[in-house]
Amino acid sequence: MITARQLVRRFGDHEAVAGVDLDVAAGEIYGFLGPNGAGKTTTVRMLCTLLSITSGQATVAGCDVATEPGQVRLRIGVALQEASLDPKQSGRELLHLHARLYGLSKSAATRRVTELEQLVDIGDALDRRIGGYSGGMRRRLDLAASLLHEPTILFLDEPTTGLDPVSRAAVWDEVRRLNTEFGMTIFLTTQYLEEADELAHRVGIINGGRIVAEGTPTDLKRSVGADVVVATVSGDTAAACSALRHLDGVSSVEQHGDEITIAVDNGPALLSPVAVALSEQNVTVIGLTLRTPTLDDVFLDVTGNRMKATDA
Amino acid sequence: MSQTIPVPATLARPSGLLRDIGTVAGRAIRGLPRDPEAFFPPLIVAAFFYAVNIGTLQVLAGDSVQGDYKAFQLPSAVIFAVTGISRAGSLVMDIQQGYFDRLLLTPVRRIALLLGLLAADLVQTMLLTIPVIGVALAIGVRFETGVIGILVFVLMASLWAISFSGFIYAIALKTGSPTAVGQSFILFFPFAFLTTSSVPESVMTGWLAAVVPWNPLTYLFEGFRSLVTGGWEARPLLVGFTAIAGTAVVSMSVCLAALRGRVKRG
Repeated sequence: MITARQLVRRFGDHEAVAGVDLDVAAGEIYGFLGPNGAGKTTTVRMLCTLLSITSGQATVAGCDVATEPGQVRLRIGVALQEASLDPKQSGRELLHLHARLYGLSKSAATRRVTELEQLVDIGDALDRRIGGYSGGMRRRLDLAASLLHEPTILFLDEPTTGLDPVSRAAVWDEVRRLNTEFGMTIFLTTQYLEEADELAHRVGIINGGRIVAEGTPTDLKRSVGADVVVATVSGDTAAACSALRHLDGVSSVEQHGDEITIAVDNGPALLSPVAVALSEQNVTVIGLTLRTPTLDDVFLDVTGNRMKATDA
Repeated sequence: MSQTIPVPATLARPSGLLRDIGTVAGRAIRGLPRDPEAFFPPLIVAAFFYAVNIGTLQVLAGDSVQGDYKAFQLPSAVIFAVTGISRAGSLVMDIQQGYFDRLLLTPVRRIALLLGLLAADLVQTMLLTIPVIGVALAIGVRFETGVIGILVFVLMASLWAISFSGFIYAIALKTGSPTAVGQSFILFFPFAFLTTSSVPESVMTGWLAAVVPWNPLTYLFEGFRSLVTGGWEARPLLVGFTAIAGTAVVSMSVCLAALRGRVKRG
């Protein structure tokens, strides 16, 4: 449903997207995970026809993004990062306006607006001006506007950034419902690891404009190791890392600040040897945690840095 | 992954250009009552200049104008009311708030995003012209061309307004800046004052007399005044509408180039 080959976008000398390849299948929820400035939004804007492509090729729903942008727009729904709505219209006016722009007949528009009222779930506020809506209400209305024409593919650009946990959970439920009930293909960008982990069938991790890892969340996490030991230390961390790498059963050691992440095959069995090795290197152990890998560990493994969401 | 689930067919269909224009214009026209600051200040400015110019220049103009000076000043008052009136401010807000991108994501024809706003401007400027003419009629101005002449006058004023607003839309689309749009009234000054807005060309001298023939408003005023005081005359009307068309060709070319740039830039 979505393909990209060596997709590049430059802004002057800056290469925001530096050769992205994508293959998203029909009915898939694809999580596009990366920190701020990684190139997620730029990629989405190119796929949605909002931004011209510097080089490379992309197709969405079988239509070439560069040569058939009108056909692409008929088939996709998009909720952009900021819920970009006209504050002077009422929610209902906005939905009817967009229904007309998508070519829906008056009766089809009325039917769809009625159906989507439940999703928006803002009661009488639907007839009030959008300027008075809360962030959560705007997001739900934005999502409803993107679903009016029953798109084949839905692009969600950081759909839960800035939302409270309850609103975030509601958006997650809706994404799952759209995928399971209607078979909608969903391309979801996020900077939240748990969001990609919870929702996506497959995840592509983007950093510096390139996809650095791709796979199912389970496979990606498994690639790091069976378990992860995280040691928070002070002292000569470089020497400690070197010693830890020589331990049997250690897959990788990554240091980030005063935190050392050790991917291991058998966490419980290696906890003591790790503590002893750290002690022998005269570092002070402030904390020692054993857990299963997360997508953040995958990100650390492939980029050498932890992901930092701007707002959690 | 749920690859076995059938892919739904979308309800979206391409609309015709007229429907797209109507949809965009409908939104803009619905916004007019919610935006009273775009309606009343131009009327106040027009009424102010109408009263002040009559008060200060009526005697000085003397016999140099054909007919009553109040009738001579009516086109100036109308031009003050309608020139620069546009939805460019709303367009800039749409760009800044990201709503313009939301519209670009729909299958709407890009040109309709501009033509729809111009259609709304046509309605707004007609609504602004009518009360100014009403004031003129109330103080004794009479149209030699009657009711049809009034309608042509209104049409001419509105067409001028949207031809001029092309420059303002170009600024809005190019910069996306409310400040730049707000300052665009500066463009209006040479058009409004280096012309026959206050006195006829025959009493002008020096550089002003040399500049006036290059201003399209000079010919527009000629057309307007023929409708009020001259009766049905083909030449002034033709010259007036040609001036509007010439201005529109230039302004819309710049404006369309700015729209293409904005759409391409994303």
